[in-house]
This record gives sequence, structure tokens and C-alpha cells, in this order.
Amino acid sequence: MAVLVGLMGLIGITIAGCDGGSAADDRGVSIGSKNFTESVVLGEALVQLAQDAGAEGEHRAALGGSRVLFEALQVGAIDAYVEYTGTLRFELLAGDGPLAYEELEHELGELGLAMSRPIGFNNTYAMGMLEERAAELGVTRVSDLAAHPELRFAFSNEFMSRGDGWPGLRARYGLEQEARGMDHTLAYRALAAGGIDAMELYSTDAEIDFFGLRVLEDDLAYFPRYEAIVLYRSDLGERLPGVLESILRLEGALDEGAMSGLNRLAKIGEAPPEGGEAVRVPEAVVAQRFVSERFAIEQGVVLETWQDRLVRTTRQHLVLVGISLGLAVLIAVPLGVFAWWHKPTGTAVLAAVGMVQTIPSLALLVLLIPVFGDVGAGPAITALFCYSLLPIVRNTHAGLSAIPVELRESAAALGFGTLDRLVRLELPLASRVILAGIKTAAVINIGTATLAALIGAGGYGEPIVTGISLLDNGLIMQGAIPAALLALVAQGLFGLCERALPRGLGA
Amino acid sequence: MIAMEDIRVELGGNLVLDGVSASFDGPGVSAIIGPSGCGKSTMLRTILGLVPIARGRVLVDGETLPEGNALLRMRRRFGYVIQSGGLFPHLTGGANVLLPARHAGMARGAARSRLDDLASLVRLGGDELGRYPGELSGGQRQRVALMRALMLEPEALLLDEPLGALDPEIRVGLQEDLAGIFSKTGARVLLVTHDLAEAAFLAADDALLLREGTVEQRGPMRELVREPRTGFAREFVEAQLGRSRELVGLGARA
Repeated sequence: MAVLVGLMGLIGITIAGCDGGSAADDRGVSIGSKNFTESVVLGEALVQLAQDAGAEGEHRAALGGSRVLFEALQVGAIDAYVEYTGTLRFELLAGDGPLAYEELEHELGELGLAMSRPIGFNNTYAMGMLEERAAELGVTRVSDLAAHPELRFAFSNEFMSRGDGWPGLRARYGLEQEARGMDHTLAYRALAAGGIDAMELYSTDAEIDFFGLRVLEDDLAYFPRYEAIVLYRSDLGERLPGVLESILRLEGALDEGAMSGLNRLAKIGEAPPEGGEAVRVPEAVVAQRFVSERFAIEQGVVLETWQDRLVRTTRQHLVLVGISLGLAVLIAVPLGVFAWWHKPTGTAVLAAVGMVQTIPSLALLVLLIPVFGDVGAGPAITALFCYSLLPIVRNTHAGLSAIPVELRESAAALGFGTLDRLVRLELPLASRVILAGIKTAAVINIGTATLAALIGAGGYGEPIVTGISLLDNGLIMQGAIPAALLALVAQGLFGLCERALPRGLGA
Repeated sequence: MIAMEDIRVELGGNLVLDGVSASFDGPGVSAIIGPSGCGKSTMLRTILGLVPIARGRVLVDGETLPEGNALLRMRRRFGYVIQSGGLFPHLTGGANVLLPARHAGMARGAARSRLDDLASLVRLGGDELGRYPGELSGGQRQRVALMRALMLEPEALLLDEPLGALDPEIRVGLQEDLAGIFSKTGARVLLVTHDLAEAAFLAADDALLLREGTVEQRGPMRELVREPRTGFAREFVEAQLGRSRELVGLGARA
């Protein structure tokens, strides 16, 4: 295990060299956002405000959840992002009970972080149902739900487990319903289609209006306030005081109505002047309109065409898969050989790589952020490397174990030493099985690499994640189809490799 | 040249050889016979240093079998052929034959001409040598294996049931070829077989009967058949000869 950790560190150093600087640059400011529309729009707004103060702004958009952002901020991979006080208090600082603003500020200070005054809107949680369904059941308050144990609930995975989420809500109101974990945006679809009866809402969600939802009254005052604030690194003020001053202009700049409006533009869109169906406005443009109206700032926004995005995400995906798989082959084949040579080591090695496989991918990605002191390619490649080990180690071990003893003895009788035997006989004989392991690892790797987008490493996962949060099937396909094609191409290439093996090894 | 002194070998908790002493000097062919599981194959593997020895020692030209790299070099003085041939399946027959030469650093030209000589010795054509072991017949495979074993002009040939996997018809043909090959190469031959007739045909002068890891009787084949010294030796001989007699309708007991 110690070897594995050491290896990760080594890979980290290697990759850090080609990962491009982020927050550390003199004039550079790195802004993060979570993978939902409101966060991305506000992230764009922060970038444009920073640029207005003369900084080079970079947006690490749509990262996978509060924990990823908070880790990234602490290690300095990003300088600022928009957070909510309730999340900060109950989820990130793991407290129980509300804190005054000054106390919260003090706790953050000890982590080297600081927060702005409120941006002006409270994006709290609420329970919501379709208007007709709620009316039919006579439900207006959360406590009314207790009388209907047959109702089907679905919540975002974060809400399912967080300190201020479902477990507490359930206890406070004595609810007996079962709840399923579901992506937030997809849950809206399920609700509209009647697949579920109730879900958690964020009070500034554009869908509340759009689907005509009834927001249930939190009559036992369970949900705390979720004031939006800018969370930033304390050193930002020393490094770039002008930039900090500029982004803090967001304080008090948006009330709930205004925020809902921006969300609606980005998620549902607006009817074009000539009439017709609503057209979605890209988040960057929504942010641009907002800063232009509010602060009279004109920042140019360059929108990526789908072709450009395809080229970029393909490049990123290939780098993620190529490096992680290449390193895995270099490490896993020798590991498999050692495991075969020395049984006790072998048992330990196989158990260790098997255990790595059971770590949930997002958890591993988050765990690796502090190891690398960064988000992006480093932790992503390391995680993919770890997941690629098992199939290759196991197949190398299995392929070698299948070689008949008398064949190995025949080689020994020819005067071949251990290493000669490995190179001339054993590895060639096991090559077909080893290659099959590498192929499995490659296909798994290509699929898993789509999760790398959650920690800002790009790749085909990026349009998928954004597409899900925008309910945009077209965008999802822009990631899913190339990923599937890449997996097919990889299969094909490995098929060619197999055909290149000596005829004597059989088909 | 080869001497085993009081050899005891345990494999996987089983006693396989229990105080075997035997020496094989000068040219000639010796047959090691006995029922399956008696330790015949292990005798050859012990001489090659492939199995750990619990007691006793193996001497080659008066020197104890070395360890490490010296053992690897020593093995090149032997040619070893097993029942399944032991050919590398990912190499053609020819490449298999050239393998020891390449490994020993023999010049390419010399190796090629040695290969041609051996091919005519075992009566194999270039066509067969271009094929992979999986594409050859059992008999052809054993001929290739024999070529490989002879590549470095070994002082001794250790053959472990080399014809054991072949059809009777092919077997007889190869037996005759083997006799010719043995006399031409002049190497000391140790032939493990369970077939008394084969032993009698190829090694009439010296047979060693093993029983549960110990030497039961050793001497010329004629002596073993006519004057078995123990009950076990008699039964072993009778079982095989009696069956042959029965098969041709001359059963003594029928």
C-alpha cells in the first residue's frame, strides 16, 4: 500500500509539470463553480468581474459538488467560488446549529479562507410537488407529507446524505417514505412525468415556475438559510487587492427574483425577438448581460463551437486515458509477475489492487485533490491509473499461472535462467491473456474518464455533466457518442494487436 | 559420467526418491523403467537440478551438481525431451531448434548448418520446421524436440517417455529412427519408459527397474526378463509380457 501511495506521488509530480499553472500565476485568478446552472452563471460573473480588474480569469466550471470545490479552494487550485452559508455550516464545516456571520468568518479564517457579505439571495432547500398532485392530496406544508406514506421521493445524492438533508428532515417531520437518489435536474423530469411525487428544490430553481410546482411550507423550520456568498482564499486580498475588490461588488447585487431570472435564461431560455420556441442562453452570456446591466462592464465572451469543443474534449480524453493506461501497463505487468513469482506477495498485491477498485470514483477523486494540491488532470489520471491496475495485474497473474509446469521445466533444462524464461517463454505465452486484461482496463478507463470532468479535468464527461444539468440531450450526446466510439476504436485496435501475436499462440 | 549417490527427493510432502544410487558411465543407452509414479521422471529431473534434493548428491564427471549460473551452464551439456515435447508454442519448429544455439551465443551460420544436419538426422524437411508446434503431428513434434535437445551436441540425452504420446504405428517407426540417432550421436542416453518392449529394443544392455523410489533391479534386459530377482520384478515383467502373449494368442495363462 505504501508503494502505491508513493507511486501516486510520483505520478503527481510528473503530471504537475504538464498541468499548466492555475491559481499560482501572478495575475491569474481561478474561479470555480459547481455542476449546476446557478453556480456556473455566478462563476462566469466572477471571472468577468476579475477580468474587469485586469486579471487573467480562468473558470474551472461545473466541478462535482461542494466537497470538490471546498478541497480545491483549500489547496489553492481555485481562488474563489460561490457557496451557500447553510452548506458551509452544515456540510463543509460539519457543524450542528446555526452560527452568526462573525463566527463563521472566524472558522473560515483558520482554514485560510474568507467570505463576502451576502450576495443578496437565499437559495434554501424546500420540498416541492406538482401543483395538481399537491392540491389533490391537500398538501401545503412539509408536515402534511407524514399522512401520505405511499408518496415516492427522489433527492439529489448530496441531499440524501448531507447533514442538513434528508436524514434530518425525515427525523424532524417523522416521515416514513423511502427516498431514491437521483440527479437534481433529472428529478424535475421524473416529477413532471409522474415517476416521483416529491423532491427537494433549491428556491431559486427556474423549474419551480416552469413546471408550476407547489413549494411546501417548512412549518417546523428545519431548513437553515442558504445565503449565497463568495468564498475566497484569504491570500487573494494580498495578492490581487484590486481583483478582490472587483469580485466583491457581487455583495448585495442579486435578490431571489433576479437570480431566478438568470437561472431561467440559462436553463429554459427566452423566446427570440421574431417569436417561436424559447432558446437557451449560454451561461457566459447570461453572466455577461448581468454584469453589463448591473456594473456597466463589457467583457468579451468567446463561445466555443461544438467542433472546437469536440477537438478539445477528445484531446483531453485521450491524454487522460493514454497516460493513465500507459502507466498502469508499466506498473501492473511487473506487479502481476511478482505476484506470480512470490505467492505471499501475490496474495497481498491482488487484494490491494482489488480493494482500490471498490473505492467509489468520486470519493477517490476528492481524496486525491489534497495529495496533488490541485484539481484537474493530476488527480484524474491517478484515479484512472488505480482503476486500470486490477484487470491487468489479475490477467498477468492468471496468464502466467496457466503455463504448464513441464513447459517451464523444459525451458529451465535448456539453461534458461528465471529472467530469460520470463522474456522468452512465459510472457509470450501469457501475452494473449495480458492483452485481454489491458483491453478491459482500456474500455473501463474510457468510460470512467468521463467522471474526470467532475474535478475539472475536461474530456467527454464535460458536455455530459453540463448536458445533464441543462437537460440538454444534444449536449449529453456530444460526450456520450464520442466516448462510445472511442471505446469501440480501442476494442478494434486491441483486436489488431491480438492478430499480430504469433500464430502458435492459438486464437 | 553421471552418478547419483543415495538420492532422496520429497515433492509436495511425498517421498518420491528414497536413497537412489546409480551411475551411468561411458557411451550407451540405459532404460529407466517401472510403473507410473515410481519416480522415473524425477530421476531425470534430479540430474538436471530441476528438483530440490533432500539428501545425497548428483555428480557429473566427478563434480557435484553446481548452483546458480553454473547450473544453467551445466544444463547445456544435457539434452532433455519430455513426453509432450516441451516446445515453445509461440515459435516455429526451426526457431525452437535454434533457441539453445542463440542462447549459448553460437554463430548464426554454424547454428544453421547444425540445424540442417539435425534435420536430415531426424528426417524432417524445412517445410515442417517452418510450422508452429501446434501445426505439427505428434511424431513430428518429437523429432523437432529431439533436434532441439541435440543442438548443442550434448554429452547426455535425457528422454522422458519421448514416444509416450504417440500412436503405436508411429511409435514403432520412431523407435527405429531413435536407435539410429543414438548410435550416430554417441551421447550417453537415459531413456525413461514404462514400455518393456521399447526398453528392450533401445536399451538391451542396461535396464534399471524402479519401485516406489528405490532401485529394484539393474542389469541387462535379458537378465531382468529371464531372472527377475524379486517378486515385484517378476510381476512387472509378467504383466507386460503376459499381456503381449495374450494379445497374440500365446497366453501362457490363458
